[in-house]
Amino acid sequence: MKLLLGFAGTGQSMRALEKTLDRVAETGDDLTVALFETPDGPDDVEEFYEVVEECCSDAGVDFDVRELSGDPGSSIVTLAEREGFDRIVMGGGTESPMGKIQLGPTTEFVLLNAQTTVTLVR
Amino acid sequence: MTGDNRGFPDETADDFEAPPITFEDREGREIEIRPVGMPEKEPIAEMYDAFDQEDRAQGIPPANPSRVRDWLDTLLGDGLNVAAWDGEHVAGHSTLVPDGEGAYELAIFVLQDYQGAGIGRRLLRAMLGYGQERGVDCVWLSVERWNRRAIDLYESIGFENYGRERFEQEMSIRLMPDDGGDGCDRPPERDAF
Repeated sequence: MKLLLGFAGTGQSMRALEKTLDRVAETGDDLTVALFETPDGPDDVEEFYEVVEECCSDAGVDFDVRELSGDPGSSIVTLAEREGFDRIVMGGGTESPMGKIQLGPTTEFVLLNAQTTVTLVR
Repeated sequence: MTGDNRGFPDETADDFEAPPITFEDREGREIEIRPVGMPEKEPIAEMYDAFDQEDRAQGIPPANPSRVRDWLDTLLGDGLNVAAWDGEHVAGHSTLVPDGEGAYELAIFVLQDYQGAGIGRRLLRAMLGYGQERGVDCVWLSVERWNRRAIDLYESIGFENYGRERFEQEMSIRLMPDDGGDGCDRPPERDAF
């Protein structure tokens, strides 16, 4: 299976990466990581790459990488369709002070617009 | 007054009556609304144990009894809370939880058997009255967009829409006049992407 993981350098992205690596280590799925910046989030794609590289290497998993530019939600959806990915994996879903699950705009866009199956890691 | 404001309203809301408040609901039941805290945790938890799955929203209340109690530890420990009582049973619960930046997030739940009897509106007003009494300046909430009944209720009480196109409608209300330096000088933030 071809997996596309969205990675924005946040804690949610890290959780999604870890869960995905657990899975890929078992299944041998093809993993591609799409690195993107968000308006309010960390903005050092080089550093994202280093983090992903280190985690994948620790897990013994090979991966491809793509750097996304422009609107991240539509870039992920377009990339997934263009390259025939079977599944998109996104982190997302922070908790409000009282514990309500809240999705950010990129994850929401991907969930609503992808023709590809989406896994949400919370 | 709805639309594109990105924070809290300029206008201050009405004064809301603070609890305790007793009234007869539309089904003829005598309901008392009063502030609650840790001592009332178990009767409140029992209301959530009886909650229908379909009335859960945005992941709350949690789906199992032990997680309900952990969740209530946070709400009752950190927040302001009121409950609507039918005798010894909790019919509804509302909470204001500090968001760490000077404002409060609101939620309200009414048990299925007590919905449609005017309790939610009374409970919400009592929650805001209790908040005003305790010096809460600004309150925000998020509600699923399809939940028109809840959105209409919040609007009728003075909440205004703010924010962006999302799954949830975000709404806010100002309980105290703007004195500068309160928690209302910025939009409620979130760090989700």
